Amino acid sequence: MEFNFEKSVTTGNKGKGIRSDCFITLELTENGGIQIEIQSKVYVYFGEAIKEMALKVLNFFEITDAKILIEDTGAIDCVLAARIEAAIKLLMKTDKEFFPEMISTNLYHTKKDRNRFSRLYLPGNSPSLMLNAGVHKPNGIILDLEDAVAPDKKFEASFLVRNALRSIDFYSAERMVRINQIPRGLDDLSFIIPHNVNLILLPKCEDAEQIHLLNLKIDELKRIHSIDYPVWLMPIIESAKGVMNAYQIATAADNIVSLAIGLEDYTADLGCRRTYEATESFYARSVLVNACRAAGIQPIDSVFSDISDMEALKENVLKSKALGFDGMGCIHPRQIHVIHEYFAPDGIEIDKAKKIVIAFDEAMAKGLGVVSLGSKMIDPPVVKRALKTIDLAVNMGKLSKDWRSE
Amino acid sequence: MKKYDKLVKNAAGRIVPTEINGKEVVPYKGLRQHRPNGKKYGPPIPTCIDYPDDGNKTLESLADALKKCGLKDGMTISTHHHLRDGDLVSNQIFDIAHEMGIKDLVWLPSASFPCNDPLIKYLEDGTINRIEGSMNGPLGKFTSAGKMSGLAVLRSHGGRVQAIQDGEVHIDIAVIAAPTADPFGNANAIYGQSACGILGYSLADYMYADKVIVVTDNLIPFPCMPMQIQGNYVDYVVVIDKIGIPEKIVSGTTQVTKSPDRLLLAEWTAKFCEEAGLLKDGCGIQTGAGGTSLAVGLYFEEMLKKTNQKARFGFGGSTQYLVKMLENGVLDYILDAQSFDLEAVKSVRENANHIDLSVFQAYNYHSKGNYTSMTDIVILGATEIDVNFNGNVVTHSDGYLLHGIGGWQNCLHAKCTIIPVPLFRDRIPVIVDDVTTLCGPGELIDVIVTERGIAINPKRTDLIEKMKNSSLPIRTIEELKAEAERICGKAAKPKLSDEIVAVVKWVDGTVLDSIRKVEK
Repeated sequence: MEFNFEKSVTTGNKGKGIRSDCFITLELTENGGIQIEIQSKVYVYFGEAIKEMALKVLNFFEITDAKILIEDTGAIDCVLAARIEAAIKLLMKTDKEFFPEMISTNLYHTKKDRNRFSRLYLPGNSPSLMLNAGVHKPNGIILDLEDAVAPDKKFEASFLVRNALRSIDFYSAERMVRINQIPRGLDDLSFIIPHNVNLILLPKCEDAEQIHLLNLKIDELKRIHSIDYPVWLMPIIESAKGVMNAYQIATAADNIVSLAIGLEDYTADLGCRRTYEATESFYARSVLVNACRAAGIQPIDSVFSDISDMEALKENVLKSKALGFDGMGCIHPRQIHVIHEYFAPDGIEIDKAKKIVIAFDEAMAKGLGVVSLGSKMIDPPVVKRALKTIDLAVNMGKLSKDWRSE
Repeated sequence: MKKYDKLVKNAAGRIVPTEINGKEVVPYKGLRQHRPNGKKYGPPIPTCIDYPDDGNKTLESLADALKKCGLKDGMTISTHHHLRDGDLVSNQIFDIAHEMGIKDLVWLPSASFPCNDPLIKYLEDGTINRIEGSMNGPLGKFTSAGKMSGLAVLRSHGGRVQAIQDGEVHIDIAVIAAPTADPFGNANAIYGQSACGILGYSLADYMYADKVIVVTDNLIPFPCMPMQIQGNYVDYVVVIDKIGIPEKIVSGTTQVTKSPDRLLLAEWTAKFCEEAGLLKDGCGIQTGAGGTSLAVGLYFEEMLKKTNQKARFGFGGSTQYLVKMLENGVLDYILDAQSFDLEAVKSVRENANHIDLSVFQAYNYHSKGNYTSMTDIVILGATEIDVNFNGNVVTHSDGYLLHGIGGWQNCLHAKCTIIPVPLFRDRIPVIVDDVTTLCGPGELIDVIVTERGIAINPKRTDLIEKMKNSSLPIRTIEELKAEAERICGKAAKPKLSDEIVAVVKWVDGTVLDSIRKVEK
């Protein structure tokens, strides 16, 4: 092991508005043992526990002499451990990793065609926003290592995201991580692939080659860690070139479940402003929807950034749905409900689906091979979609389970 | 005189003194067990002989008035908290007493605020012996450190009126800061630069005190209408420049919480009320001015509108949101014990259905019924709830006294008491094995709403039955506690000494729990 005795390093966050986090100042010393200083707003309750955790991590990395200052605002164990490990690794080269418990409720996998109406972005270096994210019931949560993390915080964020994947319960939301752009993003993978990430968002994706590079590294890590469940991909198209290559990207690999569009960067690339009417991105959005449908995957829309205007969000969702999108990103938990409500099947869609399903049931009962509604023949994919609509409506409380008998 | 003596274990299993500040007190006997006997306290009989025939009771200064009232060592001085953190009067009383060299006063505020922190120096130098009321922030820390000469007594708003009316506390001088008054002492709080809407907390004070001083910064000619305070009870009227700092008395606007987690608590609380059939045509509801309960009110309004129903009364503190419900026709009456924002003050002034309420009507337990038990839904807060649904609102888990009881204990008597709280605050669990201080017996707390599930008190089998097929996540309180511990770890207990620094009274005047000194 190589030690760096020269300097002291810091990790984590402190200051106004910071909660559930800690700020670590670490210095490796040549002698004097471990000296721990703890300043914590929860000292009375957790002072001893914080000390114990710090010693455990230092011990794990076989550090016998160090000065460590922990300025704590209520960080839970997996956050403390991530911060301390990141600090140690700024001073010392080692392949060892300190893992907090992988909680049993985090071991689920997701299906390729599951609902992806909403996915909540969580800055990868802000533990306070992660803790309760799952209780708001988004379809997915995104631990963001890319734009939401400042360049000098990216190193420590990868430890926090890894530990969050292991120890924070997201209550059955699809567990997603937005990695950095390729090539840097490839280095992020070893922090997330072994820890049951369900889906990876690849930002600024421009061609199929990037997907191949990504999958090469993912497959290598899956082999090393004997992982046999799928890790889904959601490339984000954020440039004119990406739009031109949308279909090629959508069909680049079997584990691609959807394409998302990022309009901030896309409009910048076009050299125009992002407007409320969004006419400047109409082409790109339509191309994306078309490419996804042709590839049999889900088209996902960009986030709506005015978090205080729920009316405007609703309009945005309705427009997005009308264009053919299946979902959109959100940057605030209060947006989830609106997105679900208006991406979900509406009354007209539910009524139509009910008629089709009833017609299907009747045809089955009569032993007919063909389903018809009025004078129209109904194809099997239409029946399948109607059944999905009904399922969705029931799951979202828009239709009673016993709708047939009502 | 010993601060306290003769400890016993009360019916809640808490060790409490039966002698406090030299007076005998009754330990808590259990819910609905203690029956008072005797007569209510009667103040001395005054006569018009002693008061000016022209009705002009004004004096030059508060110091003059206090001297004329015979201020002396050991007296009890009461004040109200309608001026909240903008109160400029209470501290002046003790500045004057200090200058006069008076010692061992008892301060009986209806609540204290950070603006009262300068009184710590008078608690230190013996001008004030103790506070009977509430101790917030630094006053609470001071008390918890065991530095107060006498034993502090915490009472609910209703309990305070009960203690005054029953003669448990005797007020020598009541000082009433009044935003508008006439020379006779008639007064109200709806006009003037320091308008705070209501003076309900001072009604018992001025009817039962030996001497009453009205202090105003807006003297108008007789008659001061409406007469929220009747001058016939008043001894002296004093005019000063400013009784309060308006922006600290009422907030310009109270604001609904923006925190998504708290909004979720509010949404679930409202949905719970809807699904359990508590929110219905003709119901009575109480919601406070906290960000979460304001949001609950907004959901209520939406639900009532949607189903074309109307609540009969909104009870407790009033805000612009409650006023909106009144104006939008989803609420018949606001029964108001304190107005929290400018819209509420304006509404008391202008809307005949916005009623000025006294604490006696609303909360007093030693009366022929009160409004709390008639209220269908009450939304409250808490610092801790234990697995037996007991609640704590005055101390934090570290043992420090930081809040008053307010109307909390009184409101527990509602048909359904719901407490929306986060499962943990900065790693500190809210649901614990045993509350640090018992402020409300678990029998009266019906539902705990957290962001990770809703626990219904097992005693409320009716609610459990109604919510059997609910879409809301109904869980047991033990499950919630286990989940908090899984996330946060198990919190260590603070070190508390055996020494008692304060007691919590129950609504019937009995002693519910003791608050211990916090070891450094």
